[in-house]
Amino acid sequence: MDRLVERLDRLRGPVAPRNHNARTIAALTSNPGCARRGVLDAAGVNKGEIARHLGFPSGYGQSRFAIGRGNAFEAQVKADGCADLLHLLRERLGLSIPEVAYADLSTVGGNASREVRYARTRSLLARAAGDHDDAGTMFDHPMLRLEIAGYYAYLEPDLIAFRAGGRFYVVEIKSFPVIDGQADPAKVAAAARQAAVYVLAMRRLLAELGHPGDVVADEVVLVCPENFANRPTASLVDVRRQLSVLERQLGRITRLEAVLDALPETMTLDPAQPAGDVATSVRAIDASYTPDCLGTCEMAYFCRDECHGSTRALGRGVHDDLGGVDSVDTVLGLARGTRTPGVGQEEIASLLRFAHQLREECLS
Amino acid sequence: MSLLTALARAQAVEAGRAQPLTTVRHTYLSDRPLVLVPLALAGEAAAPLAAMVGDDEAAPTTLIVNNPRDRTQRFSFVAELAGIVLSYVNRRTRTVEPNPASRGTKMRYADAPQLLVPNAGGLEFIRLLGRSTRFRRTYGQFAVHRSVPQLGQWLTFFRDRADHAGSAMLLALTEVLAAHWATGQSNLEDASLAALLGWIDPAEGLDGPRAAALAEDPLLWPPAGPSTDPSFDNEILAPALTSGNPRSLETALRSQLEPTWGLMWRAVRLLRALPEGASVPVRWAADRDVFTAYQASIMDGAALPQPRVDSAVAAAGRLDRLEREQARYDAQRALDDPLVMAEFRLAGEAFAGTVVAADPKRRDTSGKRPVLRPHITVETSDPVQLDPGMTFVSPARPAQTATVVEVDLPLVVLELAGGMGRKLTADEGSIPGLGEAVTYGPATDAYQPPGRLPSRDATPWTHGGPPAEYVPSDTDAGEEWS
Repeated sequence: MDRLVERLDRLRGPVAPRNHNARTIAALTSNPGCARRGVLDAAGVNKGEIARHLGFPSGYGQSRFAIGRGNAFEAQVKADGCADLLHLLRERLGLSIPEVAYADLSTVGGNASREVRYARTRSLLARAAGDHDDAGTMFDHPMLRLEIAGYYAYLEPDLIAFRAGGRFYVVEIKSFPVIDGQADPAKVAAAARQAAVYVLAMRRLLAELGHPGDVVADEVVLVCPENFANRPTASLVDVRRQLSVLERQLGRITRLEAVLDALPETMTLDPAQPAGDVATSVRAIDASYTPDCLGTCEMAYFCRDECHGSTRALGRGVHDDLGGVDSVDTVLGLARGTRTPGVGQEEIASLLRFAHQLREECLS
Repeated sequence: MSLLTALARAQAVEAGRAQPLTTVRHTYLSDRPLVLVPLALAGEAAAPLAAMVGDDEAAPTTLIVNNPRDRTQRFSFVAELAGIVLSYVNRRTRTVEPNPASRGTKMRYADAPQLLVPNAGGLEFIRLLGRSTRFRRTYGQFAVHRSVPQLGQWLTFFRDRADHAGSAMLLALTEVLAAHWATGQSNLEDASLAALLGWIDPAEGLDGPRAAALAEDPLLWPPAGPSTDPSFDNEILAPALTSGNPRSLETALRSQLEPTWGLMWRAVRLLRALPEGASVPVRWAADRDVFTAYQASIMDGAALPQPRVDSAVAAAGRLDRLEREQARYDAQRALDDPLVMAEFRLAGEAFAGTVVAADPKRRDTSGKRPVLRPHITVETSDPVQLDPGMTFVSPARPAQTATVVEVDLPLVVLELAGGMGRKLTADEGSIPGLGEAVTYGPATDAYQPPGRLPSRDATPWTHGGPPAEYVPSDTDAGEEWS
């Protein structure tokens, strides 16, 4: 493991590793086949900075109205010791929660250092888990951590954890609306992926203390505004699938050693190097670009440019329709009959020739 | 997505320009569509921020909410929008014509409204705005202007029509353009109106990829809404909102709306330049029938409620209708357009070939009276998968059905029925002759029985049992909108 850490440090260069958060950890699962993203994330490389350095700045940003609304909604749900939230959990989800206390873990005696907060979270959760009765405490802003390729990523969820029926539940507060019982599926999926990161981190923490994994529920409580108002509503979301994907991905990171071994020993992505050198180094790590990356990865515009002339840049559906033939030139060559099909390409080649003939007939 | 479209995308990459996917336009375009470019405040469910709307490119109306979080201002924005939309709808009811169809009303409106929004987000905005306004009441504690719930009803109606294949009452222009041209980028990138138009009709001195790359710069081409560019929100909109100066706010929002307004009309002109498919007026007539019926039901006060969620039976019935409409729409397009027919041929669901044998006088004598049922034999090299009993229609003779009798590739024997006149010998030229090149594709009006669904009162317990009658309530009318 140490050798891997050393190797990743060298790759990143003399800059501080970029901290992971639940969003970046969840993003690890969005394109699992991409070695480039895997290596860069494991090394804590600031992908946004690298992309800018290479001349492909990504237009990421969040509107302050969206942030403001999110914060206001969260504050509202948590106001008065989570009064709203408790009401929802009891009435909507039918969870029997006894008298509750509220523990804010965002600072510990005025000390907001991550390690101190983590230690405090750990001891409080340990005590709660050891109780036979539900301790009835809402833990706000717990500090969790997850080991990613030798580094601890500290996670500070806007979340509350509580215990009911002998199990811990994770609460995720999001400000996208649930209208007539339906929310934007993409946003729910993203929230579930993030929540799975918290569930995993809590499970690992409690496992260290000798508790079985299922002491943290694999259903999370998603709290969103209902309809067009600011009134919150809660629903249970099953994150088992997300959890297993995440565990597989995190397990895979150590297997990055194989990828790293194939790279030159001295290779570095230090942003102080000239852009041309960094680009060469980045290209040495295989990427698997899909158009979905544009919304999830800062490197996407660089990879898209690199992918020019490949059918992958046109989307998975097109790539599959073209029988997995990778290059646009090959596709057109097969379609026009100017290129002899390779082994295994005979069937797609004859379909392409027929398709080409049809287009020619109709458009001439 | 199909192999033919995928190939067209590959060709577009090589050519640096979008490639046609059709030879005709399959979507009706009104002479006077109502173009609507909405903007919403980020982070809110459906908080209108501004809109540019109108049926004349040179004279758009710009609506602005000075404080998007203020309920009163929001409803006055909706009332203003309602004024424009409702008067546009009313102007479509000026002339009527007799309805030749046996079903439906005797007369129908000669025109119908057509709403154009930039993208799928615009469709969703219409749905949410309709949902948040249609339950309002014009009396009582939460009274709003009477045009507000009316607009809600109409927007809900339009949004529902947009799910029906072939309906042209509410269209997202990115979807219409993408159905007619293949670009050298992905579907995801096609969702940007500016990038899509860049591939189809690049500006002077540019090619598709360059124009699409420029379109990704939000300073040159602001997003086509309803969400705005985050850096615009942070750097321009936020200060303009806090300044309380309506002038600077209007300037800021116009800068985001005007480029898209221009793109919308450019897209309309590009689409108009395509020749119209033969069945387009048929589908528009169906839209006009639906419009006539809905307008009449509103005037009689008999419009069906538009509940928040469909009951199980209603939802199943709707899905069934949508599926049958989709099949009919696909078949109509195939008959109108050889390039769409080519999709079917590639999939083995249609075929082209030459008539190599014909028995034009063949009669079927199995019934009480003999009927004329000519046989023809078609030789085809298409990779068809045919079984006896399948029926096809040829674009050249849409009134005639051809049923497969025997398949022995490359030969296919077809039995023809209909479209031959009333006599026992076929009218001159009404059936394909020897040596004629023919194409046979899916039959448009092949009878597809509607799904057999229980009545509402007989909803099975598996689907929640008979649903409670929907009664609009005070809670609906007073629903918060914040």
